Amino acid sequence: MPKVTVDGQEIEVPDGATVLQACELAGKEIPRFCYHERLSIAGNCRMCLVEVKPGPPKPQASCALPAADGQEIRTDSEMVKTAREGVMEFLLINHPLDCPICDQGGECDLQDQSIAYGRGATRYDENKRAVTEKYMGPLIKTVMTRCIHCTRCVRFSEEIAGVDEIGAVGRGEDMQITTYLEQAAEHELSANVIDLCPVGALTSRPYAFEARPWELKKTLSIDVSDAVGSNIRLDSRGREVMRALPRINDDVNEEWISDKARYQVDGLTKRRLDKVFMRKKGGLQPASWDEAFKAIAKAKPGKDIAAIAGDMVDCETMFAAKALLKACGSNLLEGRQTGMDYDVSNLAAVNFNSGLAGIETADAILIVGSHIRWEAPLVNVRIRKAVKRGAKVFVIGPRWETTYPAEFLGQDLSVLSKLPKEVAEAFKGAERPAIIMGGAALAKGALTGGLAFADTYGLVKDGWNGFNVLHFSAARMGGLMLGFAQQGGMKDIVAANPKVVISLGADEMDFEPFADALKVYIGHHGDRGAHAADIILPGASYAEKDGTYVNTEGRVQFAEKAVFAPGDAREDWTILRALADALKVEVGFDSFAQLQAAMIAEVPALGEEGLADYGALPKSDANAKAEGTISAYPIKDFYLTNPIARASAVMQQCSSELLGNGELAEAAE
Amino acid sequence: MADRSPAPDTPELRERWGAFEFTESYRERADAAIARYPEGRQRSAVMPLLDLAQRQVGEETDTQGWLPLPVIEYVADYLDMPVIRVLEVATFYFMYNLKPVGKYHVQVCGTTPCMLRGSDGLFETCKKRGMKKGTVSEDGLWTLTEVECMGNCATAPMVQINDDNYEDLTPERLDTVLDALAKGEQPKTGTQEPGRHTSEPANALSSLPEMVDANHDYRKDW
Repeated sequence: MPKVTVDGQEIEVPDGATVLQACELAGKEIPRFCYHERLSIAGNCRMCLVEVKPGPPKPQASCALPAADGQEIRTDSEMVKTAREGVMEFLLINHPLDCPICDQGGECDLQDQSIAYGRGATRYDENKRAVTEKYMGPLIKTVMTRCIHCTRCVRFSEEIAGVDEIGAVGRGEDMQITTYLEQAAEHELSANVIDLCPVGALTSRPYAFEARPWELKKTLSIDVSDAVGSNIRLDSRGREVMRALPRINDDVNEEWISDKARYQVDGLTKRRLDKVFMRKKGGLQPASWDEAFKAIAKAKPGKDIAAIAGDMVDCETMFAAKALLKACGSNLLEGRQTGMDYDVSNLAAVNFNSGLAGIETADAILIVGSHIRWEAPLVNVRIRKAVKRGAKVFVIGPRWETTYPAEFLGQDLSVLSKLPKEVAEAFKGAERPAIIMGGAALAKGALTGGLAFADTYGLVKDGWNGFNVLHFSAARMGGLMLGFAQQGGMKDIVAANPKVVISLGADEMDFEPFADALKVYIGHHGDRGAHAADIILPGASYAEKDGTYVNTEGRVQFAEKAVFAPGDAREDWTILRALADALKVEVGFDSFAQLQAAMIAEVPALGEEGLADYGALPKSDANAKAEGTISAYPIKDFYLTNPIARASAVMQQCSSELLGNGELAEAAE
Repeated sequence: MADRSPAPDTPELRERWGAFEFTESYRERADAAIARYPEGRQRSAVMPLLDLAQRQVGEETDTQGWLPLPVIEYVADYLDMPVIRVLEVATFYFMYNLKPVGKYHVQVCGTTPCMLRGSDGLFETCKKRGMKKGTVSEDGLWTLTEVECMGNCATAPMVQINDDNYEDLTPERLDTVLDALAKGEQPKTGTQEPGRHTSEPANALSSLPEMVDANHDYRKDW
């Protein structure tokens, strides 16, 4: 632990810390552009200059200088001040003064730091350099004249995303940041370079010229586009969510989010259900709440009522539905819309037990039936980190483009019980072996086989549980905790032949078997579920209600309401509460607080933000063998997995431009 | 400075160079370059490989050679590295030609020592022969480029033509060199000053004269 003195204040810093980190520990602000905690050190912007003794009598770049014992660091001397002013003056030589028309204005590092550390006026009266715009795809807008060559975007795509596509061509004054032949940046995390860019060179294309940061209301929320539960911030103006940005949470999403989480928000204003609709003479007609509730009451469901939870609903909505059904005397709850029927008697067996941050430390990983890049892009980032530390990765399932070296073991699930010799040896020799079972494996009933694998190779040991199930529905773990699962999955619901089926935003389910039932859709988008419904009760999306979500590792997180739902739409729990009155049953809550209290009383884990404890893995059946072949993954199109994304023009454009699914999007209409 | 952007990616370019592959002898030299680095670090050989590729293109087109995009992609593929990383290298170093050049790439140094010793005259000579900066002359023989210091200041002014340097030039001496090259002959490389071998003092020794016969400690003279 080296001891250094920063501006006369003596502090001890961890081994391996840089001078910049030492200064930060001492509470000093060091201006910087190229340095970023999660990227490698480049040391090319020179903004972080400080004075260090012993050493050459000149300012030194603190980001690339290791802190050593006995160093005397000054961040407040005249030398440092003039050095910063000098660097800033050079950076601004070729930077256009177009802040009034720049989208970064108000949240721009260069703007802020030039005010804090610049010299106030320029002495440069030559011509400035100009650089042509570079096309980087439908999400990233470029104004390359503004680029200060910090290379954060280059380092991000190489190190974090694992897709080398951005580079700096040319040298000196001719240096330009570009993708190869100006091809679109084609990976699921591409838009994170927008956050990384310290200036307005890379800005958000869909959000271009939409709003200024100071006119936005910031709401802390949770992303529902996959089961990672990324922490996001929704920026809204008036009744519209303008953009979603990542929040820092090292346990979940670090500081990245997927492009879908970021850009599906424009779908929140499109194809919305903002009126009550009822099917009359074969067509859906606008109706009143009263009419709708009367029609449902007329169906006299009694205890023949079922509720199917969609992929994006919060725990409160599910609990309200559960309470309603319970009051009616029914327990026909299901959340696994596509008919999966894995055993949920022990939730530890369907949880991501090693944790999202924990998987980074694994040294042998077997991925079974999961296209991780599409099902959970941020988990893919973690696995890439693990591989960089030396982990070996094997995949059972059809090929997909990994961002790290991985060995594909074919599509046959039986490999799970008879691994090739060198793979088996890799797992036997591993200190922290892990398995990740995806939706495709669960659908084939491979869960027991996976548990047997966990037993054989000792995936559970002191301080390590390497058995992981990766879901991709934000509502899945919460639903399972609330009992939204039947022994036989959807089959059981069909067999019970309910008179009324309530779909809580369930769009991926098959409505065919429920032809005779009254189908009530409580949701926010006119998607597949609404098309099949007899009665549509307009609900709120994740941005329009408070709610609790549980991610795939069992992390309970709370999202806040950013905007009001449009038109007649109401928060889902109020609809279910009103429905209880219509059906003349008592559910026991009249306010959101009461509902939450009742939910927490029933499932205490939902009341505490953080990881829920599901206990130990169940005993595995040693004879269990996985069988069958995984011929395809459940996600066919990364950009169009949920009703919000399907309504989003940006996501549709991404789908057609980046994945070439132009026709498909139209066919899905 | 010359335009350092790659030649445009056209169907004709793809058709001409899409099937580029190292010939047997070039492949051997490429593999030898890769073998200099530890296994898994084959990317380190990107610079020699780009050079070899440029030379092979030169042989095929009877020019100094250049790097069309499909060839850059071939090198990236050969080294199993992202093509943008190879393009970064190719655009960074001046010795890689990103546009077609003539049979003789005449690179005239225009930096201060050469300029003071008369490089302006050398440019005139070249221009009189129909060379224009950055373009291939009509007969396909010449491409003129102005470059920065090539490290031959003691024998300034100098010109580099393909792999050889020609130093101590005057417009007349450059003309002789270019005439010989145009005829397909190989002129004497290095200094063109009669009686001079390399970059030794042109006349009498002007500095460190006491060091000629034995070691001499100059420190007491400071």
